[in-house]
Amino acid sequence: MPQEKEARTYRKPLPHIDEEMRPWWEALQRHELYVQKCRDCGDLRFHPRALCPSCLSPRTEWLRAKGTGKIYTFTTTYQNQASGFRDSLPYTLAWVELDEGLKLLTNIVDCSPEQVRINMPVEAVFDDVTPEVTLLKFRPAR
Amino acid sequence: MSLSRKTAVVGVYEHPTRFAPDKSMYQIMAESIRGALDDAGLTIKDVDGICAAGMGMSAMGIVGFCDYMNLTPNFMDSTNIGGASFVAHTAHAAAAIHAGLCNVAVVAYGSTAASARVAIGTGGGGAGGDPCDQYELPYGPTTVGAYAMIAQRHMHEYGTRPEQLAEIAVTMRYHASLNPVAKYREPITVDDVLASRIISSPLHLLDCCIISDGGGAVVVTSAERARDLKKKPVYILGVGETVRHAARGQRDFLEIAAAQSGRLAFERAGVTHKDIDMAMIYDSFTITVLTTLENLGFCQRGEGGDFVTGGRLRYDGELPLNTDGGGLSSNHPGMRGIFLVIEAVKQLRGECGPRQVKDCKIALAHGTGGALGTRHSGATLIMTNQ
Repeated sequence: MPQEKEARTYRKPLPHIDEEMRPWWEALQRHELYVQKCRDCGDLRFHPRALCPSCLSPRTEWLRAKGTGKIYTFTTTYQNQASGFRDSLPYTLAWVELDEGLKLLTNIVDCSPEQVRINMPVEAVFDDVTPEVTLLKFRPAR
Repeated sequence: MSLSRKTAVVGVYEHPTRFAPDKSMYQIMAESIRGALDDAGLTIKDVDGICAAGMGMSAMGIVGFCDYMNLTPNFMDSTNIGGASFVAHTAHAAAAIHAGLCNVAVVAYGSTAASARVAIGTGGGGAGGDPCDQYELPYGPTTVGAYAMIAQRHMHEYGTRPEQLAEIAVTMRYHASLNPVAKYREPITVDDVLASRIISSPLHLLDCCIISDGGGAVVVTSAERARDLKKKPVYILGVGETVRHAARGQRDFLEIAAAQSGRLAFERAGVTHKDIDMAMIYDSFTITVLTTLENLGFCQRGEGGDFVTGGRLRYDGELPLNTDGGGLSSNHPGMRGIFLVIEAVKQLRGECGPRQVKDCKIALAHGTGGALGTRHSGATLIMTNQ
């Protein structure tokens, strides 16, 4: 089956998705991005977790994020011995700050490394790397 | 209940090897322990506390190491917080001795990272079992990449220049040229650093620590016991440790663990920055030194670029730093915190020959473990020969 072939040929690390984080990854498969907000203290958080680390409340609201933000910092990697990445050098790793104020680690795609700048506006790209996993990446905002 | 001057480092040993395909990690640890006990004038029969952690050790590795050494200690600590572990272990050993949990503790590390060809900085970037890993490892973070992102942000916020970072590497190499067992001793220039290839922008090859084999050990006991031993005691004045991480998505990445661990160590030691005669700062990368100096409070945040230039960090400068040549030039067997303690102790004893800091009375060692740009630990130790 083509899908199985695809899963076998994707050689970069994939997340181990447990029940606590499954809703977030399932949303990505629908090409939707969510962040969590504590219903008790109002603190926003990423990555998803069951209890608010600020007040330990389990009462959580999932907020749909706009999917836009800006580059907080980045690096273009020219050397990585790990399987999968060795064959796709150079690539750009970045911390992106979402408009909601949360930073997450990601790749900047659809853009040459020379064009990447701190504070560059970016938008979410949902990369369906396997039938089971969609990764959240970012590209320059259009 | 202050820990200040209650305990002392009484024995140290830096294994001279930089490449040991003929030795196991445990052999390097055992040889280091023998060396440190000889240095102290103690024997293995005196040891009732053991602290060890390593990249090659399993989760319960401390038990296997006690088996290898035939030890049945009264105190054990295998806290693994990366390269800072051995600075933290020295602090934990001091606290344990002060609390009466043991009398003589040995901190040990050994590694064959070079002969085993471990890609420490440019491998996959972690074991991958923690929740945070699931949101990071798919994107290819490397250790050098995580530090590079700190350098990039520092340059953006403060105009820090690549040649300022390069001067740190040049100074460490100069110190290595004065250390007969350093791995790389040929002097380099700022231009050499800038001409070396980019590993992860903006960090060049020569902004990155080397990979070597090696190991070392440190012996800690009470101040009272220390007075009767072979070498002049080096007293532990103050310690501090903590971590910084993604902070649920809300981190200021230029504020690092050293800000908290350093403040605690200075407060507990009762000394100020002006009192520090030399510092051992974990130099996994040039940017690690710069941001650590800022966060420890040796200069203001954003001033690190100017602070590290002009020869200030040379052994004969205003703040002698990493006089052994550091991880950038002397040795970096995967985790190097043990060497920060060892060189600081040697300086306080006046045993450093051509690289000896004059009138060295108080020294600071700060270890960083993990990666500044994702998550890391910091441990600070202040010691004196007075």
